[in-house]
Amino acid sequence: MAAGNFEKYKSNGTLLGNLLEWFDARFPATSLWKEHLSEYYAPKNFNFWYFFGSLALLVLVIQIVTGIFLVMHYKPDAALNAAGVPVAFASVEYIMRDVPGGWLIRYMHSTGASAFFIVVYLHMFRGLLYGSYRKPRELTWLFGVGIFLVLMGEAFFGYLLPWGQMSYWGAQVIVNLFSAIPLVGEDLSILIRGDFVVGDATLNRFFSFHVIAFPLILIGLVAAHVLALHETGSNNPDGIEIKANKDENGIPRDGIPFHPYYTVKDIVGVVVFLMVFSAIMFFAPEGGGYFLETPNFYPADPLKTPPHIAPVWYFTPYYSILRAMVWNFFGLDAKFWGVVAMGASVVIFAFLPWLDRSPVKSIRYRGPITKVMITLFVICFFILGYLGTLSPSPMGELISQICTVYYFAFFLGMPWWSRMDKFKPVPERLTMK
Amino acid sequence: MKKILIALFCLPLLAFAAGGGVHLDKWQGSVADKAALQNGAKLFVNYCLNCHNASFLRYKNLLDLGFTEQQVKEELMTTSDKIGDLMQVAARHDEQKLWFGAMPPDLTIVVRARGEAGAAGAGADWLYTYLRSFYRDADRPTGWNNVAFDNVGMPNPLWQLQGQQILNPESHKLELAVPGQLSQADFDKAASDLVSFMVWMGEPQQEYRRKLGWFVLAFLVLLFGVTYALKKEYWKDIH
Repeated sequence: MAAGNFEKYKSNGTLLGNLLEWFDARFPATSLWKEHLSEYYAPKNFNFWYFFGSLALLVLVIQIVTGIFLVMHYKPDAALNAAGVPVAFASVEYIMRDVPGGWLIRYMHSTGASAFFIVVYLHMFRGLLYGSYRKPRELTWLFGVGIFLVLMGEAFFGYLLPWGQMSYWGAQVIVNLFSAIPLVGEDLSILIRGDFVVGDATLNRFFSFHVIAFPLILIGLVAAHVLALHETGSNNPDGIEIKANKDENGIPRDGIPFHPYYTVKDIVGVVVFLMVFSAIMFFAPEGGGYFLETPNFYPADPLKTPPHIAPVWYFTPYYSILRAMVWNFFGLDAKFWGVVAMGASVVIFAFLPWLDRSPVKSIRYRGPITKVMITLFVICFFILGYLGTLSPSPMGELISQICTVYYFAFFLGMPWWSRMDKFKPVPERLTMK
Repeated sequence: MKKILIALFCLPLLAFAAGGGVHLDKWQGSVADKAALQNGAKLFVNYCLNCHNASFLRYKNLLDLGFTEQQVKEELMTTSDKIGDLMQVAARHDEQKLWFGAMPPDLTIVVRARGEAGAAGAGADWLYTYLRSFYRDADRPTGWNNVAFDNVGMPNPLWQLQGQQILNPESHKLELAVPGQLSQADFDKAASDLVSFMVWMGEPQQEYRRKLGWFVLAFLVLLFGVTYALKKEYWKDIH
């Protein structure tokens, strides 16, 4: 798309028109609107999977707005109040009970955290199905992986704030992982905590990261993600470049303006999403103990380790990979290799654009090998996620090791298996299904 | 291939199906039952609040249970409390630590913390079982033990109502050795009412939350109709 070649707004002589002309002469209002909405041509055959990008943006807005109101009453303070309860923990219950509408805002935020990961996982899975990360969209994908990493940090910091038992001990376990790094590990974990154990200093810095640093990075990356996408144009379920077939005006024949077509369509998606979101928030805000873990209703107690420490569900696949590493290699502790494997299992997504060597993008025109590989990957991901919620056991360890091997084989073997498949001919134009 | 998949799916389920703990009796009460909640509130104030805090709840919250302000002030508060005060005990924490070995936990949201099984009402079932499972045990400093919470530091607060149970060493079942003020059925009802109150206390707005949820969902269904029609209208020319 030829950026910036949009005509400036011309006044129709009314006061409002004059004002708009003055404004548009000094700010790219018209061109931004046209470039990103009314003259951004998106493929006309987006299906179910294409709702999750706009939904992720919606959840981001929900989290920021509810977060602003929560911070008005939340107190990041680990000291005990007159009743012997940590101030931070009590302030959350104060929001739940004494702040008008506070319970609603808090449940929106806690449900929103899990919703964010559900939506983002589905959004990433869409990329895997249709090869959305492939050339020329590698940078869009990389920004996306960046968003995912920052989101994990944001969720991790936020989870400490209610200062419940699982907040406290979850943070203790995760920060301790850094101490497994040779030479600098111990100092690094102290630097992160700001203390020798998780304490008030940790709570305050995590609060700062959660409400300022990480949201800022997140918004910046989201902007970059969308800008990069609009530079190349969107992929589609057929994995065809619609820009390869333009009409005499230079408009892709299979493209439709994002606004109004996809704005009205995405609004339907938003309403359906809000139905599911509300059903959870109003009728099962604990999400069966997965969205709000029950031990977190006990205030943090540094002297009492819970019998079973499990991260929140969206981290459990990686937690399983961490626990699957039980061997000491090269004189380094198994815990260190667990950290390496866990980090690699997240970062490896960034390499997808160069690991995938299939001649076609979309799964629609790829053969049985791809379908089996992706299905097994999803199954392994779910098994790892489930095992991560459980206490360690010999059987669980073996199964998580098998799944971990497959998890990495899926990525590292991709340059070979993605080429071996049987491929179907890709059509010239989009198909409407 | 299929067999491996099935095995992969089933193994974790088999491996972790075992476990669990004591059998929990089902709590049959309801947070919509105002009479039960009022009875539970009285029991809570008389038998629990002497040692335990309910430090996230205010006395004025009890007005939602249908008490009048006068009833709350005269029957449920000590004279030094104000109606807007949090429900806290006068006992000193360091003294309590000396008496019980640990500070008795705050009970405001204990029902939510005890819902370990994750299933709806799991915390309520646990409390209902726990409150009825105390027995005399000469080996414990307080003289009491509990089937649902082995070697618990807390003595039976409801022994005058329930009487005294012993654990039959052969059948491993609880038996009533000394009858209390209430019959077994009446005591079970009292324990159920107390649990009802504690479920309510865990989240006082929960009934309102569910009610509001139905309105929100109804609104969204209407909104879906409108937005879907709008989408259809715009998209009718796209093929």
